[in-house]
Amino acid sequence: MKRSLKKALIGVAAGVSAIALTGGAVAFCGFYVAKADTKLFNKASKVAIMRDGERTVITMANDYQGELKEFAMVIPVPVVLEEGQIHVTENAILDHLDAYTAPRLVEYFDEDPCQRFEYRELQSAAPVAEDEVIVTAARKRDSLGVTVEAEYTVGEYDIQILSAEESGGLATWLKQNGYRLPDSAESTLGSYIKQGTKFFVAKVNLETQSETGLKYLRPLQIAFESPKFMLPIRLGTVNADGKQELFVFALTRSGRIETTNYRTVKLPTGMDIPVYVKNEFGSFYKDMFHEQVKKENERAVFLEYAWDMNWCDPCAADPLTQAELRELGVYWVGGDSASQPQRPQRTIQPQAQDVFVTRLHVSYDAEHFPEDLMFKETGDRSNYQGRYVLRHPYQGDSQCEAAKTYRAGLPKRFEQEAQTLANLTGWEIDDIRAKMNAGEQFFETPQKDPWWKRLWGGDEKEG
Amino acid sequence: MAFSLSSHPWFRDPRHYQIATLSALLGYGWITGAFEIEAAQFTVIVLAACATQIIGSFLIATRPDLRSALVTSLSLALLLRADAVWPLALAGALAVGSKFALRLNGTHIFNPANFAIVAMTLATGAAWTTPGQWGTAVWFAALLAGAGMFVTYRAARFDVPLIFLGVFAALLIGRALWLGDPLSIPLLRLQNGALILFAFFMISDPKTTPDGALARAIFAGGAALAAYVMTFHFFMADGLFYALALLCILRPLLEWANPAPRYQWGDAVKPPQWKFRMRRSQSSSEPRPRIAPAE
Repeated sequence: MKRSLKKALIGVAAGVSAIALTGGAVAFCGFYVAKADTKLFNKASKVAIMRDGERTVITMANDYQGELKEFAMVIPVPVVLEEGQIHVTENAILDHLDAYTAPRLVEYFDEDPCQRFEYRELQSAAPVAEDEVIVTAARKRDSLGVTVEAEYTVGEYDIQILSAEESGGLATWLKQNGYRLPDSAESTLGSYIKQGTKFFVAKVNLETQSETGLKYLRPLQIAFESPKFMLPIRLGTVNADGKQELFVFALTRSGRIETTNYRTVKLPTGMDIPVYVKNEFGSFYKDMFHEQVKKENERAVFLEYAWDMNWCDPCAADPLTQAELRELGVYWVGGDSASQPQRPQRTIQPQAQDVFVTRLHVSYDAEHFPEDLMFKETGDRSNYQGRYVLRHPYQGDSQCEAAKTYRAGLPKRFEQEAQTLANLTGWEIDDIRAKMNAGEQFFETPQKDPWWKRLWGGDEKEG
Repeated sequence: MAFSLSSHPWFRDPRHYQIATLSALLGYGWITGAFEIEAAQFTVIVLAACATQIIGSFLIATRPDLRSALVTSLSLALLLRADAVWPLALAGALAVGSKFALRLNGTHIFNPANFAIVAMTLATGAAWTTPGQWGTAVWFAALLAGAGMFVTYRAARFDVPLIFLGVFAALLIGRALWLGDPLSIPLLRLQNGALILFAFFMISDPKTTPDGALARAIFAGGAALAAYVMTFHFFMADGLFYALALLCILRPLLEWANPAPRYQWGDAVKPPQWKFRMRRSQSSSEPRPRIAPAE
């Protein structure tokens, strides 16, 4: 295994020019780089940021689905990192955070109208995941006015910390070392270098990777102190093929975060939508998101969740345990006794844990997001969640007056839900009506009554 | 047209224009959902600011004039956010209170709304600014309002926003050129509603800008430079507001170097004088008393 890799590397090194380095797509903070012929698919980048004063821990998950060999990532970082400041964690924690903060469906069943209306909360769900493409590269050794400040192996990653005097040197160095670099990346690199930025290259070490026994790459974490509260996205937009999706999960003490150089907009929430969406929540969420992106002229960052980490209502997943939070860099919780996982309750009062989570979602490209995402922490601790409501109509055959009124009101309610859904997602209203009719929400397509029907008091009460 | 308007005594006082346009902006932002401020929050800002104005005026035995307090309240409502009512009430009281408590040479030192924003963001985490939360439409409306004021009162004190914005834009563009960044980055930064509001409705306050034209130009340019340095070298999200507070502290120095008659609300418009005057001399118009009531 090792030998064959070496061979491959040498082969690549010998014939960099011969390799068909086509295309060149990238991912959020940096480039994902892999062999030219490897078709890679980066669904969506997930980044968790712990921020307290200047202390920062960034956890980056690559939803990287290509072949693991020849994967590499170039990330701008504000300071030179020591070995202890780099760490590898488990995907499961970010997945948990994702699930906890995901937009959710809530399902209610109408009671018998002859009894009392009382909504029962049943279930919640969590989707997520988008598209995006990737790249190319190879590898070779050399040096060129670029200082390798440090080299470590952390988990399955070989890490190099670089600092460079000027972009040309860095670009050449990266290219000579086999990293595929779009030409237009050079000016972006130059901008970062002039701002004193260091670079961090992570490559998969196949040997240690195979020891993990995992088929995927685990998230990389870096811990540092910097007054800059931002995420570098510019490299990821260079020569990118279409838009990139990024989820940012911020863990802070005081409250919600927002972007200072772009608008942060709350996703519409709390709407009643047709019940059949239960089976299509993924595409509902995706289409709704993209519809909202369009409405904001593709320039907004969306708030999807803002909540005190102690609780949730309804819970798409349990809150994170203290151990998980600590792993993500929340150094002020847990501590010595952190080993016993606190049992999070559902829909329960807050206890003082002092962690506020913000989930931001952005779909970006260079045209609409020319600058890196700059954040600020606010004192806002008000709760917000993306929550969509399914209301199942009562199916019994009660015959009281209330039941008649209830049934008469249903088509109007369904129509309302259909309109809401069409508005949110941009779906065709007729398709929505047809699907509702095919499910449990059948309603006569609203036909306009002839004007004379309402003239002498005849109305549709009996409908 | 501008002259005929501004020659009427009512129009000569720019506060009337400010109250009208800031209210319109706030209303527009409110209706479109661009600003997350509740009616109760806005009400307490106004109440706290006006109450403080009345009490302060009573203490120094002048007739309370609520117009300035109203302008201050509107600025705070547009720029400051909180998820409770009390921080905004406190901000309103601090803003107007600073006019009475922090004085030098017969005038207040700080721009009232600016002082409250700086005090609240530095001292408590309970209130914050939302510099990124203005959509392009609101930004454009603010720009229009600011430009409208400039046209109406062009000869009074509104060289300040132009100098401030000019210097700030030059710094941003210069930075982008130096870094090799696309110009879309400085343009993005300039398309910021809070920045426009700050330039036209806060830093340009005639009461807290130097009266001498040259000192005023240095004041505006210096604020732009300080804001730039704080934002891009010290990464302070509220650098804009801190910069003005800093320049207000330095203002007596500038006024000493370039003395001029103190501005009074409703002063007739006159072209700015661009000469350094080392000795105190009266400019073209009639002399004014040095001591001004706190308004």
